[in-house]
Amino acid sequence: MTVRATLLTLGLAFNVAALAQHAGGGALPMEPANTDVSDLAALQRGAKYFVNYCFGCHSAQYVRYNRLGADLGLTDAQLVENIMFTGERPFDMMTNAMTDEDAAAWFGIAPPDLSLIARSRGTDYLYNFLRGFYQDDTALSGANNLWLENTAMPHVLWELQGVRRAVFVDRDVDGVVVPTFEHFEPVIPGTLSEAEYDGFVRDIVTFLDYIGEPMQLERRALGVRVIGFLLVFLLIAYMLKREIWKDVD
Amino acid sequence: MTDNRDFTRRHFLTAATAVTGGVGLVAVAVPFVASFAPSARAYALGAPVEVDISKVEPGAMIKVVWRGRVIMIVHRTDDMLTRLATIEDELADPASLESEQPQFATNPQRSLKPEILVVEGVCTHLGCVPIARFEVGPADLGSDWPGGFFCPCHGSKFDLAGRIYSGFPAPTNLRVPPHSFVTENIVLIGADIGAT
Amino acid sequence: MAPIRSGLMHHLGRNLTALTTWIDARFPMTKLLKEHITEYYAAKNFNFWYGFGVLATVVLAIQIVSGILLTMNYKPSAEDAFASVEYIMRDVNWGWLIRYLHSTGGSALFIVVYLHMFRAMLYGSYKKPRELIWLVGMAIYFCLMAEGFFGYLLPWGNMSYWGAQVIVSLFGAVPVVGEGLAELIRGDFYISDITLNRFFAFHVIAVPLVLLLLVVVHIMALHEVGSNNPDGIEIKEHKDADGKPLDGVAFHPYHTSKDLVIILVFAIAFSAVLFFAPELGGYFLEHANFEPANMLQTPEHIAPLWYFTPFYAILRAVPDKLLGVILMGLAVMLPIFLPWLDRCKVKSIRYRGWVYKLALGIFVTSFLVLGYLGLQPVSDTYTLVARVFTFTYFAFFVLMPFYTSWEKPKPVPERVTN
Repeated sequence: MTVRATLLTLGLAFNVAALAQHAGGGALPMEPANTDVSDLAALQRGAKYFVNYCFGCHSAQYVRYNRLGADLGLTDAQLVENIMFTGERPFDMMTNAMTDEDAAAWFGIAPPDLSLIARSRGTDYLYNFLRGFYQDDTALSGANNLWLENTAMPHVLWELQGVRRAVFVDRDVDGVVVPTFEHFEPVIPGTLSEAEYDGFVRDIVTFLDYIGEPMQLERRALGVRVIGFLLVFLLIAYMLKREIWKDVD
Repeated sequence: MTDNRDFTRRHFLTAATAVTGGVGLVAVAVPFVASFAPSARAYALGAPVEVDISKVEPGAMIKVVWRGRVIMIVHRTDDMLTRLATIEDELADPASLESEQPQFATNPQRSLKPEILVVEGVCTHLGCVPIARFEVGPADLGSDWPGGFFCPCHGSKFDLAGRIYSGFPAPTNLRVPPHSFVTENIVLIGADIGAT
Repeated sequence: MAPIRSGLMHHLGRNLTALTTWIDARFPMTKLLKEHITEYYAAKNFNFWYGFGVLATVVLAIQIVSGILLTMNYKPSAEDAFASVEYIMRDVNWGWLIRYLHSTGGSALFIVVYLHMFRAMLYGSYKKPRELIWLVGMAIYFCLMAEGFFGYLLPWGNMSYWGAQVIVSLFGAVPVVGEGLAELIRGDFYISDITLNRFFAFHVIAVPLVLLLLVVVHIMALHEVGSNNPDGIEIKEHKDADGKPLDGVAFHPYHTSKDLVIILVFAIAFSAVLFFAPELGGYFLEHANFEPANMLQTPEHIAPLWYFTPFYAILRAVPDKLLGVILMGLAVMLPIFLPWLDRCKVKSIRYRGWVYKLALGIFVTSFLVLGYLGLQPVSDTYTLVARVFTFTYFAFFVLMPFYTSWEKPKPVPERVTN
């Protein structure tokens, strides 16, 4: 087992325990991500945000740059300029330079690979998670998250969203007093408005949805044609069956 | 049994079903067969390679591997180039008409730059790696050997442009892979885009 | 032109006849074709339920072809398995289609086989003289369960890993030899690379060989005694002057043309899932399986694939580990004995009384509810419900000799009805 895998494991163990804790406090309703993977502009923006804000720590090891370029309608020049780091070639995978040891030193755990995160966690979760950070001085990174308590991930988007405080009120749940999230209060305003920030996050999540299953648009398009063909075939086969069964009926 | 049966219609529908089914089967077979073709990873691993030839002295050769094939890069001397012209009537395909190479390599030197030869070290007979025998008139190859490549498997002889001599088993000249010069001393093997 | 063409056709036809004669002298080709296709007579009143046998064959063919193509790019090692699946999904030409065919096909095969088995219970297809067909069919079902179990580990996702962990642990519950048995299955002290490698061998060659042989035996046994029908009467008892069953029609072209329609309707439903919802909400491909196997972290909510959940719910409903495993094993095995548990003289549900209809209804409800419960997280209410339905599931089989011999069936017609 690699160091990376071990760290990842520990991280997950930690996160899941945190999730379970949260569930006891009463589940918060998730807002739907409403992403649209056929929106090319959103995907292009998402790709750019991803490499600028996520890719420093998270890899997308199953994604090839040139596949990304082809699917997102980017030329090789645009790929090189906007997406790729220096020294990488268009057919390389989106691994990143951070070593497991560095990751461990900086965050305590290795940030997970994001190739399949949208398929394992769902787009709604990612959308809410990225909008769920709040200031917490007890946390190592200074930030905590409503959806993943005690997350090791710092709020890398804080300049955009601004810093917020979460207000919890004590609620009685089956005779136990549990602090329950009430609302956020702004501490430092961000450079984006709330709606702009939501759009920013939605673009990233759209991109994550795409890299989870890069062929999904192709899959649906082919499906329409296959089912169309089968319907025609069915009609012919049904007419033949009717004709042949005239012998019997 | 109600006799409103129509056998013309029946034959037609049978044929239509068979044809549609056949089309369907072919349509299913296409992706299955296509999955056998090289994958994106194979293309990534077989991507063009850059080779620095600044250290290859005149008269020397280096070998690199591209797509699992040996690529031989020879820095030919003026002497070698002169000898190329003297042996053309002994060759099977001196003008490279029957052989495989990019358009730019149909010249007698079979190269972009006269002195730099880039050929695949894959004998066109049965795929052995030819041995570089650049010395003139060695004992085993005869006093008239002007230098070239010799295939150890079945004795095919090639000149210093990878051209096959007449009367040997290999049918065509050694293949010239697509390549180009990125800079004066960097050869990009596998792509001839931007060839100068 | 026309005379020349017909002359050519004539010539070709004569050569074809000569070839057929040549082969028939050495191999019973024409004989086999007649016995199993052109002169195999089956009842003319087959309904919807009679389509699932042919569909099972079709899906099995899909699994074999897509499976072979997957093995060309899949790597059965703990280090590479997960990544090789993503390689297939992303880098191999049409790899995603092949993989989704196989993952959708796996679930589809169980759906089709469960409905096929239910058909047998509706129309008494397991009764004399078709007991052996039923037994071989059950053996096929067990092989499919083995295929599902072994195959599910191969993607090496976290659900794969823990699913295998839980099921292998069940064998550990056997007294005395249990732990040794579990080690024998894993070939290691935990689910490891070694386990994955042997599960691959079982999944792609050992079990399929047995499975194919059993399918051939199943069909041969069927064609020996002849197919049942929705009236549950023997069509061979009324033959015409040529010895053909009066209520039967030749498999080809009558049943083949009908089966083609059934296959196409199925193919449309299958394609709808494959192309528009290959995960089917996490039931055909589970979300947790998109994370690599992780021996330190069980997924938050672990459940086997849906086709095992009725039995899994029975396991969980029993508070004792050993007893749970025994009851679960029994629940899987009990259908084997149906031909002898069912004492009713009449085959088809059409001519049986309300008691059997009620019993079958309770059985189906139990199976479905248990299947649902097996997918849900444990809770006190659910455990209670699971116990009730575990009881009714067993009662259906255990009480069957009594209620089926007690009930008086309706008169059965001489000839098939429409």
